[in-house]
Amino acid sequence: MLATSDLGIIRGERAVFSGIELTVGPGEAVVLRGPNGAGKSTLLRLLAGLLSPTVGRVTWDGASIADDREAHGRRLRYAGHGDALKLALTAFDNLAFWARFEGTPVDAVDAALDRFGLGALGPLPAGVLSAGQKRRLGLARLALARRPLWLLDEPTVSLDAASVEVLAGLIWDHRAVGGMVVVATHDGLALPNARTFVLEKAA
Amino acid sequence: MSAFLALLRRDLRLAFAQGGSVGLVIGFFVIAATLFPLASGPERAELARVAPAVIWIGALLATLLSLDRLFQADLEDGGLDLLLLGGAPASVVVLAKCLAHWLSTGLPLVLVSPLLGLLLGLEPVGILMLVKTLLLGTPTLSLIGAVGAGLTVGVRRAGILIAVLILPLYVPVLIFGAGAVDLATLGLDTGPSLALLGAVLLVSLPVGTLGAAAALRLAVL
Repeated sequence: MLATSDLGIIRGERAVFSGIELTVGPGEAVVLRGPNGAGKSTLLRLLAGLLSPTVGRVTWDGASIADDREAHGRRLRYAGHGDALKLALTAFDNLAFWARFEGTPVDAVDAALDRFGLGALGPLPAGVLSAGQKRRLGLARLALARRPLWLLDEPTVSLDAASVEVLAGLIWDHRAVGGMVVVATHDGLALPNARTFVLEKAA
Repeated sequence: MSAFLALLRRDLRLAFAQGGSVGLVIGFFVIAATLFPLASGPERAELARVAPAVIWIGALLATLLSLDRLFQADLEDGGLDLLLLGGAPASVVVLAKCLAHWLSTGLPLVLVSPLLGLLLGLEPVGILMLVKTLLLGTPTLSLIGAVGAGLTVGVRRAGILIAVLILPLYVPVLIFGAGAVDLATLGLDTGPSLALLGAVLLVSLPVGTLGAAAALRLAVL
């Protein structure tokens, strides 16, 4: 279970937020909402362990994630604003690299591509894909080996309606087997039984 | 280990792919070194005397040229976050990227250097020593350079900043590297110079990887 206690962070001499108390249990989804600059991305990066909080802490099953960042990295999938694609490599090789880097079977790549309707585009260089296709390819990493915690930062940007459905289905399957999701989104990613967590813009 | 090999393989493929940096770096190295005889005149003895310095400085500058993309490309496409979250220690990520950088920059420079030695009229014994010193010295350039690349990742015009930060740290490698070639052409003992080059490499291995790893952790903040 992921939990934060009295989490706060100062960036550039400005308190982005403070006193964040958030828990995410197995099968739960939390939708982060708030105006631009409220700190949704910052909170996701804190939960991933990419940032360190100024006060408070993030814990996993009671242990602070700062104690072992590598172990925390192995239990989560983070999808930020970038798609983390190398344009000179094929779509397949891009995904296969992440599978190998994580030490998981490369067999999962074809299924992950198919899930997002990219099966036919596997042999093409990522550089020729459209913005939406690149986004789908970036998100297809979610369908590689299973990890319990997903942290998604505006995953629906440049996705068409059908792909948003696919993503919602993927999140549903993930939760059905006890996965947790924290997602920052502005628009219509419909997640049943999701809790909404609102970040106010700091004064 | 799988993370190390996967990253090494990918970065090598990218470096040698179309639009990769290998050809550019070698081209720069060759052109920089051949500009010297054009500027100083074709006096053979004079050229042979400055050849070790010219080739070594060419190698330093060619290495610098490719350093600013070492982590920058991964930061820009968002991959750096994922590399650091992949479950492998950041130092493993840095080491794999440094090895890939050396194999795609340092090693090609070593392979081209005999040609430039010949061009500048270096004697065979000097050319042999040139290859030896570059082989020992260029990995150090990649490792020390990684710290500069890590510290400047996300900075605009990082290339010039890296040069200012890192070139002073390249001085020992330059002195012992070019010095050993001079000593060899004079028939003197090069053992101490090579030993010192090796020592600098051994020190830069932990300092470079851990330093760059710490710098990257700061950079993704």
